[in-house]
Amino acid sequence: MNAKAPPAVQLAGSSVGVLAAMKGVFARDMKVAFRQRQDLLNPLLFFIMVVTLFPLGVSPEVSFLREAGAGILWVAALLSVLLSLDHLFRHDFDDGTLEQLVLQPQPLFLLILAKTMAHWMLTGLPLVILTPVLGVMVHLDGNSIAVLCLTLLIGTPVLSLIGAIGAALTLGLRSAGVLLSLLIIPLYIPVLIFGTGTVAAAAEGATVGAYLALMGAFLMLAVTLAPFAAAAALKISLSNG
Amino acid sequence: MWQFFHKLGSPKWFFGISTRFMPWLLAGGIVLLMAGIIWGLAFAPKDYLQGNSYRIIFIHVPTAFIAQSIYIMMASAAIVTLVWRMKLADVFVKAVAPVGLALTFLALFTGAVWGKPTWGTWWIWDARLTSMLILLFLYGGVIALDRAINDEKSAARAVAVLVLVGVVNIPIIKYSVEWWNTLHQPATFKLTEKPSMPAEMWVPLLLSVLGLYLIFGWLACIRMQTEILSREQRTRWVREFVLKGRV
Repeated sequence: MNAKAPPAVQLAGSSVGVLAAMKGVFARDMKVAFRQRQDLLNPLLFFIMVVTLFPLGVSPEVSFLREAGAGILWVAALLSVLLSLDHLFRHDFDDGTLEQLVLQPQPLFLLILAKTMAHWMLTGLPLVILTPVLGVMVHLDGNSIAVLCLTLLIGTPVLSLIGAIGAALTLGLRSAGVLLSLLIIPLYIPVLIFGTGTVAAAAEGATVGAYLALMGAFLMLAVTLAPFAAAAALKISLSNG
Repeated sequence: MWQFFHKLGSPKWFFGISTRFMPWLLAGGIVLLMAGIIWGLAFAPKDYLQGNSYRIIFIHVPTAFIAQSIYIMMASAAIVTLVWRMKLADVFVKAVAPVGLALTFLALFTGAVWGKPTWGTWWIWDARLTSMLILLFLYGGVIALDRAINDEKSAARAVAVLVLVGVVNIPIIKYSVEWWNTLHQPATFKLTEKPSMPAEMWVPLLLSVLGLYLIFGWLACIRMQTEILSREQRTRWVREFVLKGRV
C-alpha cells in the first residue's frame, strides 16, 4: 500500500465534511453492533460474573465487600472493557472495511475517535448503567455508588481510548488477545488508582472534586492524544499485512 | 552538524566508530563502578538510623536511576524512528529494551532486600514501588510486541508508538513520591537542590551511577553491533568485516 500516491480517481465521498464522516462511522458501528446483539451482552455478562467470583472466592462478609466493593467493580469493568477491545477493529480488518476507512480523505484519527465513541457507548456506558445494581449487591452505600458511577462514567471512555491504541497495534497478530492485555493493562493502572481512590475518599467523607478533576484531566489527555497514536498504529498494522 | 546527523544514520559508520570507543566505555565504567561500590560498601560512614543496611543504596539507586532513564532514551529514539525513519534509532530501541528490563528487575529486587530490614517487609504497595513494577511491565510489553511482529520495519514503528504511549507513565513515576507521599523516601538526587546526605555518602553514589551509565553505554553498543550485523548480513561491508575482522 502506497499512502503517498495521489488518488487516481477523485473519491465521491471526498466532499463529505469531517463531522458528517464521523457521524457516519459512528452510526455504522452502532448499526452493525445491534445486528449482533449477543456480542453486546457478552461483556456485560462477563462483568457480572467476575463480580460474583469475589464474594464466592474471597469472602461474603458485608464488611469486606463494603470495603473492597468499589475496587472489585472497577477491576471487573476494566477486564470487561479489555475483553471487548478485540472487536473494535477485528471484524472491520477481516472484511476490508478498515482499509477503506484509512483511504478516506477525512483525517483517520477523527474517524477512529468516532469508532471509539461507538465502542464506549456499546460497552462502557452499559457497564456504568449496570453498576448501581452490582453496587447494592456488594453492600456499598448510596453515596459511594453515586461516586463510583461518576468515576466509571469518566474512566471507561479513557479505557476505550487507550485500548484502541493496543487494539490497533496488535491487529492481525497471532496471539493478539494476550498481547493486547500485556500492552494495555500497565497503561490502565493510573486510571484504576484514581478511580478507586475517588470512591475511597468519598467513603471517608472527603470532597471528591479534586479527584474527579484529575480523572477529567486523564480523559482530556486520552481524547486528544490516544486517537493520534491509534491512527499511527493502525497504519503500521495495515501496511504490515 | 547535519553531516554528523546523516552519518549517525549509517549502521556501518556507527559500527566503526563504536568499536573505537567501546573499550573506553567499559574501562571507565568498571573503574568508576568499582570505586563507587568499594567506597560506598567499605568506607562510607554508617547511617545513624539504618546502620549498615542502607549500603545497598549504592546498587539500588544506580539501577533504578538508569532503568528509568533508559526508557526516556528509548522514547527519544522512538521519535527519531517515527519522524526520520533512522535505522540506528530502532536498532537502539530493540537492543536496550532487555537491558532496561533487567535493570528494572534489579532495582525492584535490591529494593525488596533493602525494604526487609528497614520497613520490615519485602514488598509494600507504595506508589514508587508500584510504578517501578509498571515500568517492568512496560519493558515486557515492548519486548513482547517486538517479538510478535515478523516484519522488521513494522515491528520497529509499532514498538516506537508503544514506547511513546508508555512514556506518559514516566512523569507519574517521577512525581508519584510527591503525589502520594507514602513510605518511600524522596528522590536522592535533585538537580536544583543540594543533596541531603553528607558528601562521603553521595560522592560514591554519584560515582556508581556514572559508572553504571558507562557500562550501560558499552552494553548498548555491543548489543546494537550484534543487531546491526544480523540485519545487514547481506551487505558487502559485513562480509568483509567477518572475513578480515575490521570495517
